[in-house]
Amino acid sequence: MTGTETVLGAPAERREGREKVTGTARYAAEFDVPGRAQGWPVPAAVARGRVTGVDAAPALALPGVVAVLTHENAPQLADPEDPTLALLQSPHVPHRGWFVGLVVGETLEAARAGAAAVRVTYEAEDFDVTLTADHPGAYVPDSANGGFPAVTEHGDPDAAYASSPTRVDVEYRVPPLHNHPMEPHASTAWWEGDRLTVHSSSQGTTAVRAELARVFELPEDRITVFAEHVGGGFGSKGTPRPDVVLAATAARATGRPVTVALPRRFLPTVVGHRAPTLHRLRLGADADGRIASLTHEVTTHTSRVKEFVEQAAVPARVMYAAGALRTAHRVAPLDVPTPSWMRAPGECPGMYALESAMDELATGLGIDPVELRIRNEPETEPDSGKPFSSRHLVECLREGARRFGWQERDPRPGARAAGPLLIGSGVAAATYPVLVSPCAASARALPDGGFLVRVNATDIGTGARTVCAQIAADALGVPLERVRIEVADSGIGFAPMAGGSSGTASWGWAVHEACARLVTRLAEHSGPLPDAGVLAEADTSGTADAESPYARHAFGAHFAEVTVDTVTGEVRVTRLLGVFAAGRILNARTARSQFVGGMTMGLGMALTEDSTVDPAFGDFTESDLASYHVPAHADVPSVEAYWVDEDDAHLNPMGSKGIGEIGIVGSAAAVGNAVHHATGIRFRELPLTPDRVLAALLEHEHPAGTLGV
Amino acid sequence: MKPFAYVRAGSVQEATDAFAAHPGVRYLGGGTNLVDLMKLGVEAPTALVDVTRLPLDAVEELPDGALRVGATVRNSDLAAHPAVRDRWPALSQALLAGASGQLRNAATTGGNLLQRTRCPYFQDLSKPCNKREPGTGCGALRGVHRDHAVLGHSEQCIATHPSDMAVALAALDARVELRGPEGARSVPAADFHRLPGVHPERDTEIHPGELITGVVLPAATAGLPSAYRKARDRASYAFALASVAAVLHLRDGVVERAGIAFGALAHRPWRARRAEDALVGAAPTTAAFEHAVDLELAAAEPLRDNAYKVPLARRLALDVLGRLAPPSTT
Repeated sequence: MTGTETVLGAPAERREGREKVTGTARYAAEFDVPGRAQGWPVPAAVARGRVTGVDAAPALALPGVVAVLTHENAPQLADPEDPTLALLQSPHVPHRGWFVGLVVGETLEAARAGAAAVRVTYEAEDFDVTLTADHPGAYVPDSANGGFPAVTEHGDPDAAYASSPTRVDVEYRVPPLHNHPMEPHASTAWWEGDRLTVHSSSQGTTAVRAELARVFELPEDRITVFAEHVGGGFGSKGTPRPDVVLAATAARATGRPVTVALPRRFLPTVVGHRAPTLHRLRLGADADGRIASLTHEVTTHTSRVKEFVEQAAVPARVMYAAGALRTAHRVAPLDVPTPSWMRAPGECPGMYALESAMDELATGLGIDPVELRIRNEPETEPDSGKPFSSRHLVECLREGARRFGWQERDPRPGARAAGPLLIGSGVAAATYPVLVSPCAASARALPDGGFLVRVNATDIGTGARTVCAQIAADALGVPLERVRIEVADSGIGFAPMAGGSSGTASWGWAVHEACARLVTRLAEHSGPLPDAGVLAEADTSGTADAESPYARHAFGAHFAEVTVDTVTGEVRVTRLLGVFAAGRILNARTARSQFVGGMTMGLGMALTEDSTVDPAFGDFTESDLASYHVPAHADVPSVEAYWVDEDDAHLNPMGSKGIGEIGIVGSAAAVGNAVHHATGIRFRELPLTPDRVLAALLEHEHPAGTLGV
Repeated sequence: MKPFAYVRAGSVQEATDAFAAHPGVRYLGGGTNLVDLMKLGVEAPTALVDVTRLPLDAVEELPDGALRVGATVRNSDLAAHPAVRDRWPALSQALLAGASGQLRNAATTGGNLLQRTRCPYFQDLSKPCNKREPGTGCGALRGVHRDHAVLGHSEQCIATHPSDMAVALAALDARVELRGPEGARSVPAADFHRLPGVHPERDTEIHPGELITGVVLPAATAGLPSAYRKARDRASYAFALASVAAVLHLRDGVVERAGIAFGALAHRPWRARRAEDALVGAAPTTAAFEHAVDLELAAAEPLRDNAYKVPLARRLALDVLGRLAPPSTT
């Protein structure tokens, strides 16, 4: 591990691991600065309408309640970039759970009791929270999330479909899902004159600082944002969230440091969710399985607060060599909480639908589903025509099939059983784009022989500190132990957030650049280093974000084995195996953890995770981790992640692609396809809970009406 | 927060005295449900009487072959107790099917019986709930109720009781022992919990001030084949979608005694008396089991979102009964 040849890619241990497991790592809510007060929000109790009155007196009469802030008395904020952060500025209630007040207390308990005592009256209006494929309010947006065109079309998909001998025309539904990181969103803020300091549980301090500067109308250099340790985010902390704006607002209003740690129950409505997606897939293929026509149409919802369009049809623009291709998005604004990014937005729900449809096509053609994908491997990116910088989907499929023992599989559905359990296996492909953003970093050679590398990365549990240090050690040509690293401080310099699987590429590029310059500088230096050491800085603006002539994506393949209990309809995943081609893997230990984590989250999406929109009340029914079912250990008996080596010179100096999200892409489809293989029944709505599976098993086994009870 | 008194009781008498002295008091066992409800504002006791140090932590073999389980015996300890595992396996299986290892280490026998429904409307102060606040209506009836009752529910309440343990106790003819201001008494576990009717705020038949001191597993069901099976959304740490506990005594090729109880179908563990009556004296055939279970579930009135519970419960029951007495004829 100390050898300079092996430092990049070595399974270096997380640098902050000991602090975390011993409980000494401090998270945003744990900065107990002198005089700190606590804030507890007051969520709206109607799904649409306006606040007509606030009686704060009962709250203010309670011991320990410091202040009750509402739109009537909160400091006025300038318009935020993100309208979900225009908090306590208006009586308007756009969805149930929207924060209409914040109670500040000496203690968390006082704030909570105060929040319960505030009397808010509303003028409630009729509301609509139910998404349907033919919702009259649905429209084609200008673009989908990520700036992708809402609609693309190549060739004549309808004619090509009509003339195809084998056709699949199917609809899939993915419900709303929630990120639910272990650490709820929290911030601690205080003002010293017109200087604002914030510790925020965020995926990126640069964006938090920019938004705070905007709403408080301050120059950015008067604001410092730290995010030293972050207990997961999965996209929900990719943008500043209500906790940080409320903490800074309350700190300004009360003149005290204030912590706002959002209770778990409030998260579903205020920190985003994966919007539900309704998919229609039409695939037409010739007898050899070559896809002549591929149409993927998506309908999703957004809130009345802002437009967010889950880009679920985008992966169909990348995957297969279709003769004709149409992808389209529609969005219906409803009186629902505002959706946002959740791990692999677009690719995750989109590939569930596309890869399920591919399985249906394989069945229709009588072609092995691995082989069908290989036969439709494109020469260039189907939508753009660009060459791929590297694409090893076929290798992932073949390597996965070999490791999984796919060739021994009996392709007939419903052919394998063990007592009351039906057993099946399935495959699905994965893809995730290579994203990278400009970043600043510095590297300093110190007189003691060490090196200090500073980059405003955020380590949300991925191992970012560790891998940035490895990149530095590699570029400097020194043992890893000699590199110190400082991250997660907006004062260090600008940096993109930990999101879009782009963090390591973006931060690492700047780190590599700074270290490479330092090496040059040190080569020019003679004699002992000055006390301040020797510094080199880098800013990858214009380089990292330069337009690439290549289509750059990571690819992968998932293989799943399931059992379906015919007594209860319970589905369990007995084996999940993924193989990924994601450029050069920079840390074997943390990379594996990312892949396995993503796959496990995909397993949850397939079987257990579901946020039900309550048609009567307008919010989500599941509001805690007892009811929002992420997989428990017993659900995950075997997850294996492997990768194939990729040497791609068109990425970044490290040769890496992002790995944080691809693990979740396609895994739910592999599970669903395995359930079809086990049962012979197609399920086209997630999650595959016993109620749905049992109902279908009954329907399958017995003619309707003869089920008894 | 609302301040509350905390009393650590050293004896049952001290506990019931302390209860009588504080209006709005609650007994505190493992706290795995009550403390959550206090944080949510659903419960706001003026005092907690901590009963976890009472001398009720023993599992005691009684001379007649029964087993007395003290109220403060932890769920994990009870599940692992050799006598329970050997002679009332349904109870051990039910306990292990509940919650998580950490929760089972904290939860007590008495507290498990007294846990409240996990109906999300009950837990959300911003929504109506007749159980939490009588007269406000039932949010679940209008809202989302995939997890709710199909048997014995009322217009006022469609909540289910969440316990796994209580289902096994009901099937095994256990009795709940109580001590209160009016002395000691015991009630059958199957009758301990109520149906909601017009008073969904009352979960059980417990009298004010009464303390659960223990549970007695009777000799009559000791050593009989028994089993518990639960269907759930995930493999661990999930409440039942439906469950069944059953005990079966065969003699001379016919059913002499049957105890069957369903979980997650009703406001209480649902003792399937009709099914049991139909089975007694019958040969243990698949047809007899189907007939009996169908007779019981004919009373089901599923709601918009939970019709699946009826066939699910049916299949669970047939599976468990079939395992307890593999049919000799079909």
